[in-house]
Amino acid sequence: MNLPVHLSAVKDEIKESAREFGLDFYETIFELLEYDEVNEVASYGGFPTRYPHWRFGMEYEELSKSYSYGLSKIYEMVINNDPCYAYLMRSNNLVDQKLVIAHVYAHCDFFKNNLWFSRTNRKMMDEMANHATRVRRYMEKFGEEEVEDFVDVCLSVENLIDPHAPFMEKKETAPEDKDEEPQPVSLRFKSKDYLDPFVNPPQVIAAQRRMHEEKVKSQSRKFPEESWRDILQFLIEQAPLEKWQRDVLSIIREEAYYFVPQGQTKIMNEGWATYWHSKIMTSRVLNDSEIIDYADHHSGTLLTGAGRLNPYKLGVELFRDIEERWNRGMFGKEWEECDDLTVKRSWNKNLGLGRQKIFEVRKMYNDVMFIDAFLTPEFCREQKLFAYNYNDRSSMYEISDRDFKAVKRKLLFQLTNFGQPIIVVDDANYLNRGELYLRHKHEGIDLKIDEAHDTLRNLSMIWTRPVHLETILEECKTLLSFDGEEHRETEID
Amino acid sequence: MVKKIEKDHNRFRQIIRSRIKKDLRKYITRGELIGKKGRDLVSIPVPQINIPHFRYSPKQTGGVGQGDGEIGTPIAQGDGQEPGGAGEEAGEHILEVDVSLDELAQMLAEMLELPNITAKGKKNIVSQKDKYSGISLAGPESLRHFKRTYRQALKRHIITRTYDPDNPIIVPMREDRRYRTWKTTNLPEANAVIIYMMDVSGSMGDEQKEIVRIESFWIDTWLRYQYKNISARYIIHDAVAREVDQDTFYRTRESGGTIISSAYKLANKLIDESYNPAEWNIYLFHFSDGDNWGEIDTDECVRLLEKHLLAKANLFCYGQVESPYGSGQFIRDLDHKFNDHEKIVLSEIPDKDAIYRSIKEFLGKGK
Repeated sequence: MNLPVHLSAVKDEIKESAREFGLDFYETIFELLEYDEVNEVASYGGFPTRYPHWRFGMEYEELSKSYSYGLSKIYEMVINNDPCYAYLMRSNNLVDQKLVIAHVYAHCDFFKNNLWFSRTNRKMMDEMANHATRVRRYMEKFGEEEVEDFVDVCLSVENLIDPHAPFMEKKETAPEDKDEEPQPVSLRFKSKDYLDPFVNPPQVIAAQRRMHEEKVKSQSRKFPEESWRDILQFLIEQAPLEKWQRDVLSIIREEAYYFVPQGQTKIMNEGWATYWHSKIMTSRVLNDSEIIDYADHHSGTLLTGAGRLNPYKLGVELFRDIEERWNRGMFGKEWEECDDLTVKRSWNKNLGLGRQKIFEVRKMYNDVMFIDAFLTPEFCREQKLFAYNYNDRSSMYEISDRDFKAVKRKLLFQLTNFGQPIIVVDDANYLNRGELYLRHKHEGIDLKIDEAHDTLRNLSMIWTRPVHLETILEECKTLLSFDGEEHRETEID
Repeated sequence: MVKKIEKDHNRFRQIIRSRIKKDLRKYITRGELIGKKGRDLVSIPVPQINIPHFRYSPKQTGGVGQGDGEIGTPIAQGDGQEPGGAGEEAGEHILEVDVSLDELAQMLAEMLELPNITAKGKKNIVSQKDKYSGISLAGPESLRHFKRTYRQALKRHIITRTYDPDNPIIVPMREDRRYRTWKTTNLPEANAVIIYMMDVSGSMGDEQKEIVRIESFWIDTWLRYQYKNISARYIIHDAVAREVDQDTFYRTRESGGTIISSAYKLANKLIDESYNPAEWNIYLFHFSDGDNWGEIDTDECVRLLEKHLLAKANLFCYGQVESPYGSGQFIRDLDHKFNDHEKIVLSEIPDKDAIYRSIKEFLGKGK
């Protein structure tokens, strides 16, 4: 559907400004939707054509309820695709539409140029529709319940992927069998023919050969050869699944990978879009009568209520901080080594590198790198960042620290692997019984145990043999096992 | 055209519903719902709808926030709800499904096969209520909306270029002023009253009271669904009876003996004072452990019921909870006297699991 004339004119104007500022984006298609359509599309994660599943309905229920109770409202939605798709809510007023359009163009620029998005499928709109067709076909053939139940199971493990996989060489889970015979390694001393049976007794040679063969055999039984992080891929290639199940699992995996960069760059992406909508709106697009409504909305976007960290706020403030530091030359050896506060405060080398620097940052960084490189103690203090912890005695989350290092460490931990535990496949033939052995790389925080049990149960449905998870519970190395019927927890050393 | 989401939405509703139905007993007996009652909605946590993942235990994780506060300042309750943070993905919160009390009552009815109540055919008195809901350009100064007025004035200053950032004084004009306006809505007047009576003598422990609390909640929900507006009165008694508010009703712990007739007398007095049986649907619920003080008083209770209460009320329900101290004689006496009386329902509630059956007994008559 085309935009009405007045919006279309506004869109062209904003697009022009965005281009002049150096933003570079795919063709962007805007669609104007009613509020319930917006809720619908948002429930499907932005893709109107997704496979049927109740969790989208669940999302819809929440969105439409909170919309009708006035708790929240979706202003913008934009899809990483070529062309980009963006949705506007019809009932929004013109100022809001302008803001959203500017915001969207910056997102599109980010999608197109940020390194971490470079491996995503830019035809995802079509791909999702294909997925939906396939899942529907399976539902017709094998029954809705059956397929839905399997999707439920798969969703339980959808986060067991390797966010770096798109940037690595593709590996096969099972390397092909080598045809060449292993060389029999046995120690044979040089000797004259007639002395050979004495120098190299046949029994000893035979024993040595046997030992070697056994060693080779036991080595090759270890599978996979090294820990495997992309558990979904491993299951797709190694679990005894029906063909349709294999396909459903690959669909879930593909969609999970598609959404990875959005999780990896939430702070940057929103910060970047906020930076640019603010710049474009205040310097180009707004007229006098609109400034109040704009300011009202904009401040709402940046609100940090109830101690929450707002990615829009954090992102835009960091980008602005970087721009200022690089404009004034507040970086490098000289700056680091200066310990005179008055000099530092009025530091200005008029480098004017700020704009260039933030464009570079938006190209190369993700959230973890962004925070790691640019969070400064000064910023931390100005933005009143704090770390919080759970206090057992009061059953409350309490502010635990305002120290820069503690805050940074906690923030980085929260962002690494999206704040999720890292789990790998260690052995797919555990105890030589084809049981799956997973290992949780424990980083000081235990797993939520009840959910771990349920997830293990779901995994066992895919693997069809008992599954184990090695983890640490209350400082005790523990093996969680599920054998298809009951859960067991064993201490191991 | 049916929207695509509707199918998924229905599917979800079905799952939720059947879960609620399946677990309804559990919720009733746990009494979780009452704690989370909003104005008209009850939040029901739906535990299993959260697709399980391997994830960190939130209590150990903590996180980073932004804002004021000393070290040690609490920022969020620890009951499962963790404060939001960066990197937080959707789906990390416990889903709570808000069910309106009406919906809940319907589910209860479906579950327990409760018949609708045929109310006494009385005219509904309609009352009016004003609610401030809008903004208008004219109105009395006492209703002036300061923020909107200020905003309007600020806007005008900027548009007319009279706004001076160095001297930001805003002078509202007549046209800038905005006023609150109200809407009048009609509310049907209550024509039903529930009188709850509870024995708070020494033999009624916390567990017994919990049972009463949960059961009253469900009775309340059902009757409120049947009568759009309803009043409730609360009476507690040991050897003497007095009227209290809802909160006291559930909290009080008295000691001493039990004279049940004192409560019935008070209930009768309340009815005579304020609720003409010709105009009101009257419900009486009495909970006790059945340990009345002597047969003489039981006879007095029977007399009160026969002569006054049963004639006036739609329904008299007696629920007897089990306590280690009580003899539980009272229910047998009533049963003996009023065997199959159409307006009286007797029910024994030995433990929380029996609440479910008891509600059905109380409300299954459709009166």
